[in-house]
Amino acid sequence: MRFKKELDYVHLSKYFYIFSITLTILGIIFLAIFNLNYSVDFRAGSNVDVSLSKNLTVDQIRTAVANIGADHEPNITPGTQRVTIRYDEVLSSQQDAALKSAITKLDDKASFEVNTVDTEMAKELARNAIYSVLLSCLGIIVYVSIRFEWRFAIAAIVALVHDAFMVVAIFSIFRLEVDLTFIVAVLTIIGYSINDTIVIFDRIRENLRFGKQKTYDDLKVLVNKSISQTIMRSLYTALTVFIAAFFLLLLGGESIKMFSLAMVIGLLFGAYSSIFIASPLWLLLKKNQKAKPKSKPAKA
Amino acid sequence: MKRLLSFIITVLVLAAVMAVTTPGLLDRVRLGLDLKGGFEILYQAQPSEQGQEVTRASLLQTAASLEKRANVLGTSEPEVTTEGTDRIRLKIAGVTNEAEVREKMKEPAVLTFRSAAPGDAPETYSKVELVGSDFVENAATIGRDNLNQIEISIKVKDKQKFAEITKRLLGKNLAIYLDDTKLSDPVVRAELTDGTASISGNYTVEEARNLADTINLGALPLKLTEKYSQSVGATLGKQSLDQTVKAGLIGSVFILIFMIGMYRAPGLIASFALILHTWLLILVFVFADFTLTLPGIAAFILGIGMAVDANIITNERIREEMRSGKSIMSSVKAGSKSSFRTVMDSNVTTIIVAAVMFAFGTGSVKGFALVLIVEILLSIFTNLYFARWLLNMLVKAGKLSKPKQFGVKESEISAL
Repeated sequence: MRFKKELDYVHLSKYFYIFSITLTILGIIFLAIFNLNYSVDFRAGSNVDVSLSKNLTVDQIRTAVANIGADHEPNITPGTQRVTIRYDEVLSSQQDAALKSAITKLDDKASFEVNTVDTEMAKELARNAIYSVLLSCLGIIVYVSIRFEWRFAIAAIVALVHDAFMVVAIFSIFRLEVDLTFIVAVLTIIGYSINDTIVIFDRIRENLRFGKQKTYDDLKVLVNKSISQTIMRSLYTALTVFIAAFFLLLLGGESIKMFSLAMVIGLLFGAYSSIFIASPLWLLLKKNQKAKPKSKPAKA
Repeated sequence: MKRLLSFIITVLVLAAVMAVTTPGLLDRVRLGLDLKGGFEILYQAQPSEQGQEVTRASLLQTAASLEKRANVLGTSEPEVTTEGTDRIRLKIAGVTNEAEVREKMKEPAVLTFRSAAPGDAPETYSKVELVGSDFVENAATIGRDNLNQIEISIKVKDKQKFAEITKRLLGKNLAIYLDDTKLSDPVVRAELTDGTASISGNYTVEEARNLADTINLGALPLKLTEKYSQSVGATLGKQSLDQTVKAGLIGSVFILIFMIGMYRAPGLIASFALILHTWLLILVFVFADFTLTLPGIAAFILGIGMAVDANIITNERIREEMRSGKSIMSSVKAGSKSSFRTVMDSNVTTIIVAAVMFAFGTGSVKGFALVLIVEILLSIFTNLYFARWLLNMLVKAGKLSKPKQFGVKESEISAL
């Protein structure tokens, strides 16, 4: 009614399946070859973020920190008024202090943020992150299976894992740094992208109550109708959260930049997958259910 | 008329309360180290000698001792908590000489028994006779001697060595030092051959207990290794806070404008509910004494975006009902009713994820999850019940009678 003509979302989803599958394969390849660009949160070492009041060159900083007694050369990434110095080893507190005083000599208004994680702890953090994702999925499967039916649960989980993986894949492809807040972002995306899916599923379930859908085409019409009834809400809600995340990315503190970026990417995929992945997938599962009683007697 | 009046009074009173209390509340929000500067260290405790185990008691003693040291070093609000079976998290704000504080923190307490060396000032002792590892672990116990005075007994490992020392120092002082602090300097009254040193004097039970604990801590100093540390300069913390709050405010204003522009009257109500939601969240933070961290603010802002969802779902549904030709009254009723289940379902799934994050996460992840959970619960109250209640009052008061007030064009409405 609001759209001049209803789009055939189910039909369109074929192209989006191809898109998602391509991106997934690409993501797997990148992950296999390059892995993720882990920050110190997951890879032992020290990360020093310096906020400067004037511009310093990389060479100036390299010279200044050369004598702090570290075994490895640091990796220095300059930014505007901000420099990241990264060591693959854990700096001792003396080395830490030496580094700070060396840089303070160059710029007395410098302000520091130092993060240090040792290897064992990093592994533990990563392990906990994986457990969290798995357990969250399990919780959602149980809840959706109780409130809906298992087909909805399967479709919802596929969409959800898809969203989480897309973010991981994009971070891997573009070599973006993965830190602890990234895990938080992925978990938030999982919790939030399921919202989108649930809203459409709720509508499909509601529409299922009106009249009997006998054929695949009946169901396809129903899914299309349900999506078009909820699409404005899906778009608006994705837009509002997107606004919040986008401003965080644009203006928020440096240390949550990657978090905001992951959120923005995840939100877009979340809205997309609930429309073009989850609902058509449910239809696919439902179709096979319809086909079963027919084929059984034929086989016997 | 009565309904309109109660609507106006509700809104005005709440707005006034929020306007008056907000500045005071904001001042009382406890900021995390990443926002005010300071450092945080997660230590793993290991026994100093092989074959020993880290016990709950020794961990608590170590934590208590860390806190004491932090206080002695003149830091403000040190926060020491134990985590799991062998970890201690230390948070200290506003430290100028961080390296020194960190060094002091990690040093195991060195317990020594000393005697006066030639040239020592009165009541100071510099000759070390026994060190912590000469004592049996957790050997200090308190009891009462023959005269019913409080007595602390300590077992030493090498009886002969102790006998030799007490024989040599008979009638002299044998002082007990923890690091360079003199705890006590009792006089040796007899040559002790059974390997037990007894210290008696005019102690209260409390003092004796403290002394015994300290000696035990010295005799079993847990070795601390830094597992994770984060230090943030005060300027940088302030900068992060300002930037993120600004980002949040701008984002929120855009969301409010969007809601009002899109949904008109219900959008206005939704915006009011959102502001109330944010105010309540700050209230919870202050009264529950939660610490606001950077990820916490991020959750805060995202939560606003998510809380809008409940309103969008409800309002879209109401509009849909109106477009199908229903009256405004029944559209609001039907729209609220059928959207309720959807909103609850989607909130519950988010809570499940947040609960998992809370259970598995550490530090900032936990903080983020906590904010998210509180926020969703508040959102159900403000954006679902409260907003709907306000809307119903206005509709029943007859103030909302045109579809335009809901952002619905007359032309979109089909005949029933």
